[in-house]
Amino acid sequence: MSEPSSIGRRRRQGGAFLDRLAGGLVRVIDHALDADDLARRDGLLQRLDPRVKLAGLLGLIVVAVFVKSLAVLAGLFLVSVALALPSHVTLSRLVKQIWLKVLAFAILIALPAVFLVPGTVIARLPVLLWPVTLQGVRRASFLIGRAETAATYALLLILCTPWPHVLKALRIFRAPIVLVVILGMTYRYIFVLLESASRMFESRRSRMVGPLSPRDRRRVATATAGVLLDKALRLSTDVQLAMFARGYRGEVRLIDDFRTTPIDWLALAGFAAIASAALWLQA
Amino acid sequence: MHIPDGYLSPATCAVGYAMAAPFWTVALGRVKRLLQTRLVPLLAAVSAFSFVVMMFNLPIPGGTTAHAVGMGVAAIVLGPWAAILAISIALAIQALFFGDGGITAYGVNCVNMAIIGSLVAYAVYQAIAGRAPIASARRIVAGAVAGYAAINVAAFAAGCEFGIQPLLFHDAAGAPLYAPYPLSVAVPAMMLAHLTLAGAAEAIITAGIIAYLQRANPSLLQTTAMAANDQESERERIAAAGGWRGTRPLWIGLGVLMVACPLGLLAAGIAWGEWGTDDLQNPEVRQQIAQASGNIAPPEHIPAGMERLSTIWTAPMPDYAPPFMHDANFGYIMSAVIGAGLILLAFLGLSWLFGRAPRSRERSA
Repeated sequence: MSEPSSIGRRRRQGGAFLDRLAGGLVRVIDHALDADDLARRDGLLQRLDPRVKLAGLLGLIVVAVFVKSLAVLAGLFLVSVALALPSHVTLSRLVKQIWLKVLAFAILIALPAVFLVPGTVIARLPVLLWPVTLQGVRRASFLIGRAETAATYALLLILCTPWPHVLKALRIFRAPIVLVVILGMTYRYIFVLLESASRMFESRRSRMVGPLSPRDRRRVATATAGVLLDKALRLSTDVQLAMFARGYRGEVRLIDDFRTTPIDWLALAGFAAIASAALWLQA
Repeated sequence: MHIPDGYLSPATCAVGYAMAAPFWTVALGRVKRLLQTRLVPLLAAVSAFSFVVMMFNLPIPGGTTAHAVGMGVAAIVLGPWAAILAISIALAIQALFFGDGGITAYGVNCVNMAIIGSLVAYAVYQAIAGRAPIASARRIVAGAVAGYAAINVAAFAAGCEFGIQPLLFHDAAGAPLYAPYPLSVAVPAMMLAHLTLAGAAEAIITAGIIAYLQRANPSLLQTTAMAANDQESERERIAAAGGWRGTRPLWIGLGVLMVACPLGLLAAGIAWGEWGTDDLQNPEVRQQIAQASGNIAPPEHIPAGMERLSTIWTAPMPDYAPPFMHDANFGYIMSAVIGAGLILLAFLGLSWLFGRAPRSRERSA
């Protein structure tokens, strides 16, 4: 990609734009490395068979979406925290990595419901005097509670299980082997492409001594995306040839090396008990 | 547009998976046949590309920034079926690994972005680009419109999914159990953001990548352009074959459908919104209308405008039953034959009308 250098007055604008783009990509790489590091530590969830974790935590996510009682939802949320702490997933990590992000999105949707859902008025907003209804607060709490609980379980699954193991465990849901392999390869290619994109932005930034107009910024971003697509397709051809050279003829095989222990069966029973108790209590 | 867990009811999520499953199966079968040993590496690479592109924050005219989904690019470069798989895989990684989009809502997210988005992008791109040369500016415009249309149709679908939640899933007091806003709020709220920022981002990334590929690697745009040309050649072949042979399967299908018309008589009740003034006066039909309308009874008196307009035109064969026919089944078949015949006559008339102009021009040349 040959691009001319730009010279001008407002240097920070263009640099900040490229910094933001490259910074976002680097954060994803850091997040993935961090998650991989945590998944290999010795903790409660880390010790379990990935298939048990996948079935158990996905089951709890479905139950969290199902429940219609706030108390039960709160109980499920506490269980998620109780599982996180002995698995080396700290509260600060949960707050930063998931709770604040989910809350920021959920509150946008949930907050107006506090005023818009008709029902018993329990308070009024100062100055504007909008009525806060009990039913509205309950709906908003449900929405935020469900989103936070489900997202916490999903995060626990990923933080406490190496990604290749999550993929292999998908086979218990009869996911086609070819899909599991594509997901695994996609995950690896993401980092190859993230690194490529990050380097491209870095090299562009190092050659730039002036600001970029919004039009130039769009051109840089779209040209980088075009180069990435080209690279991705070339990479796929190279990898296909490499796979062919190693004997690949379209048949995909997966080495299944998971072994369950009595602790795994106990954990599975525990997940089932929590899910059943939640459904029974709300009924 | 990535719907998280907890916003949609489990029933909606199950319907999302059920709707997506046949598309995944057909897409996997088609792409596997086409790509064979290239399937795994190609889909993995393009899925990874879709994922990375979703992270690009693009400056939008007006001073703000927005993320693109990249559904248009995948559909234009790979075709709709491979794009369905590539975007579904990218969404799976986003949901599982980065918590962007829910696990229970994954099926619905795939229906919106991977399936609807890819199909709309592909259809709009082909419709606008037509047989234009690869380097033509028309392809850039087609890409921009395709990306814009795809993300907006996908957002509309997401808005509808949010909007039907309070209608279908509420407690005994009528309070919504999941996303709380009706269609009248959810759809405009979704569309506002997508018609402006997200739509612009998608249009910019799609048009920008097509413009780049036209300069740097035009062969990547050939695949779908060739597919369009193949379809065009198929249409030309049928037109050249002419008469009975080229369109034989269509005529056979039309005949079968005509004979099957009386199946419509098996349907009980009356189609919602197709009531006549007689129906509004009939107590039995009034009861059916009320049942089908959430127990809201129709007005006691026929609305004045409806009464006035209903007499403007009287159909020669009301209710698909010509007055001279005593057998309802035969009347239905006759209606189908007469209706199809009238449509064919209309098209023959139009083709004669429009066909004359070029011929007369050719003669004068």
